[in-house]
Amino acid sequence: MANILAVDDSASMRQMVSHTLKQNGHSVVDAPDGKAALDKAKQQKFDAVITDVNMPNMDGITLIKELRKLPNYKFTPLLLLTTESAPEKKQEGKAAGATGWLVKPFDPEKLMGAVRKVVR
Amino acid sequence: MSIDMNQFLQTFFEESFEGLDDMENGLLNMTAGEPDVEQLNDIFRAAHSIKGGAGTFGLTSVTDLTHKLETLLDRLREGESEVTTDGINLLLESVDCLRSLLQAERDGSEADPEQAADITTRLAAMVDGDNGDDSAGAHEDAGSADEGNGGGGSGPGGGWRISFTPEPHLFMTGNDPLRLLEELSELGEIQVRCDSSSLPALPDLDPEQCVLSWTIELYGDVQREAIEEVFEWVEDDCSLTIAPLEPVSGNTAATELETAPESQAAGAGEVADETQQQKPAQQSGGGGNASTSSSIRVDTGKIDNLIDMVGELVITQSMLNELGENFTMDRLEKLQDGLAQLERNTRELQENVMRIRMVPISFAYSRLPRMVHDLMRQLGKKVDLQLNGEETELDKTVMEKIIDPLVHLVRNAMDHGIEPPEKRVELGKPETGTLEMNAYHKGGYIVIEINDDGGGISRDRLLNKARDAGLVENGAELSDEQVFDFIFHPGLSTHDEATDVSGRGVGMDVVKRNIKALGGNITVNSTPGKGTRFAIHLPLTLSILDGQLFRVGDQVYVVPLISIMESLQMQGGKIKRMAGTSELYEWRDDYIPIIRLRELFNEAGGGDLENELMVVVEEDDRYVGLHVDELLGQQQVVIKSLKSNYRPVTGFAGATILGNGTVALILDIAGLLELAQARDEVLTNGANN
Repeated sequence: MANILAVDDSASMRQMVSHTLKQNGHSVVDAPDGKAALDKAKQQKFDAVITDVNMPNMDGITLIKELRKLPNYKFTPLLLLTTESAPEKKQEGKAAGATGWLVKPFDPEKLMGAVRKVVR
Repeated sequence: MSIDMNQFLQTFFEESFEGLDDMENGLLNMTAGEPDVEQLNDIFRAAHSIKGGAGTFGLTSVTDLTHKLETLLDRLREGESEVTTDGINLLLESVDCLRSLLQAERDGSEADPEQAADITTRLAAMVDGDNGDDSAGAHEDAGSADEGNGGGGSGPGGGWRISFTPEPHLFMTGNDPLRLLEELSELGEIQVRCDSSSLPALPDLDPEQCVLSWTIELYGDVQREAIEEVFEWVEDDCSLTIAPLEPVSGNTAATELETAPESQAAGAGEVADETQQQKPAQQSGGGGNASTSSSIRVDTGKIDNLIDMVGELVITQSMLNELGENFTMDRLEKLQDGLAQLERNTRELQENVMRIRMVPISFAYSRLPRMVHDLMRQLGKKVDLQLNGEETELDKTVMEKIIDPLVHLVRNAMDHGIEPPEKRVELGKPETGTLEMNAYHKGGYIVIEINDDGGGISRDRLLNKARDAGLVENGAELSDEQVFDFIFHPGLSTHDEATDVSGRGVGMDVVKRNIKALGGNITVNSTPGKGTRFAIHLPLTLSILDGQLFRVGDQVYVVPLISIMESLQMQGGKIKRMAGTSELYEWRDDYIPIIRLRELFNEAGGGDLENELMVVVEEDDRYVGLHVDELLGQQQVVIKSLKSNYRPVTGFAGATILGNGTVALILDIAGLLELAQARDEVLTNGANN
């Protein structure tokens, strides 16, 4: 099973994402913002990263850009968890190097559907 | 696999209330005409998080309102709309409305739907007023609601031909064509043909580039949307055509289906079944009500400390164990050391556990800036609110109960204390008044001060009022402290007419009573023309009190040290008996009732009170003498509730467990006074009959 980094500034959202992933047998590390996530990603290799967009310190788009610069994360699935279903946000995410996106409201089934797309 | 998301609801409420407080503070710091993008971003983010969570938990009223709020905030932050005072006030009202919506959800009560509708309309109007064509926002989420296999036709032959040519950089997006093909195979039987014509010679091959393309034939009754969903993340990184299979090839499809590997078909079927079973389970899980137990956020450092303490306690305990097993008298000193260490550990542990319940006073402060902001507008006054000592911690329960008195005092200072700007200028004071709050620790108490530089309280006027009300004896000389204390007397307010702001029927007497109920005290000092200073003293915690132990019969009781005025040996000449009432004792030029605790607690014995011990206690400016058998030591006691462990008993505030393991009841002075009064009435009636 995969080792996944979940990033969100909302504690309830972090708990829900972590809980859902763990229930499905993955191991999860979480971080409250992009900066903390980047530090954690440098310390160990994750099989996938799921991140919120709007966060203090470092937003999700910047996090993805920074992660893509790291040799370890060149091909890693990086998913955006966002409330913005507006196409320009998706474009921005894609341009930064996101693998895909998931639109809130958070739904465990949708999350697992997305995770199954990138983690085997 | 069903996951009950409601277990996270409590966290959601907590973080949402925090987010609303942050939004409020941000809005209060905002000045019309000067948009601060950084601040607007923070406010937007808070609203955004609440919207995200509310959507998950199905709180539609909250989602709707935050959505509108977000649209407006977005326009402000993009500079498309101007930050106006009206705008800020509407945003503040939205924050209030969201707060009450969330509170209602949390408490399972009904929120006022009209308020939310009104705010939503006004937010929409404000957005529309700037630009009428923002209807896109309302439909934004429509697409995501329809993620499943709804609508759309399938190919005429029941299948599709998909041609998929990824851009060379596809791998760099974290996507993998293999996974896409696997996902397609979950929809139905597929036949894949790979086009490797672009594959360069091995020396020229860059393994990071994707140079292959695929043609996939997908058979079966599959919706087009399902296929599009598979390619959703890569549609901009590839050229993709999805076309129905020609009717001619329908036959081929049928034959292919027959030869489909059984294992794979069965596998796909299983997955589908599972998904269908999941849905109802999910819904039933989401229906339950959230628990409303109160919780507290604790700094991790405090918990780590606690764990350290417990670690030390365990070490001490095992050392004592070892000592006890092989004890000889020559190791007595070691035993004493160990016991002293145990005492130290226990005390530290107790202090640290108490600290967990402590929260910084900034929780109580947080409401004030908003209130002052609103009051300034309402009263046409200018006030600079200064909050000091925000880190000072006090017990969570005390904190919750001190908010109302604080709010009342601040309202009062704004309304009656600080003068209108014109008058201040006339008096040679700065136009803007100052309202300063301080909080600090002093001894075992927390002191909260409220200082204003307003008109102050007129000593003479207050004294006259007190005289009129018959509270002051003629010719009595009163200190400033005593005079100002009249402000807390019911029915004495220096202002004759109630105002909209502070005259809401709750007087200073209620403020004092509430503070007293917390075991605290409030004093006031004022200099006419210069300002007024209120000082509130509060105990650090409600669950521990400094007590005086005493004995009645063979039982030990506790009376709060703070209530005790004096302990004395009664002199025969000062004991008076009034017909039909209980005994009185002459104390400080006054007569106070004596309560014989032996009698009250149904202990045997009575007799002459001369030379017996009496403890004079005070409650609400009423004094009473308690006749006790013996005074014992003073110590801190942990209050255990009688109500939750037994049932409420008049005259007792609770119980505690003493060092020797016995239970001692803690007296409640107000209750005792009630009991004594009831007894006297019986006596009086008896005497009259």
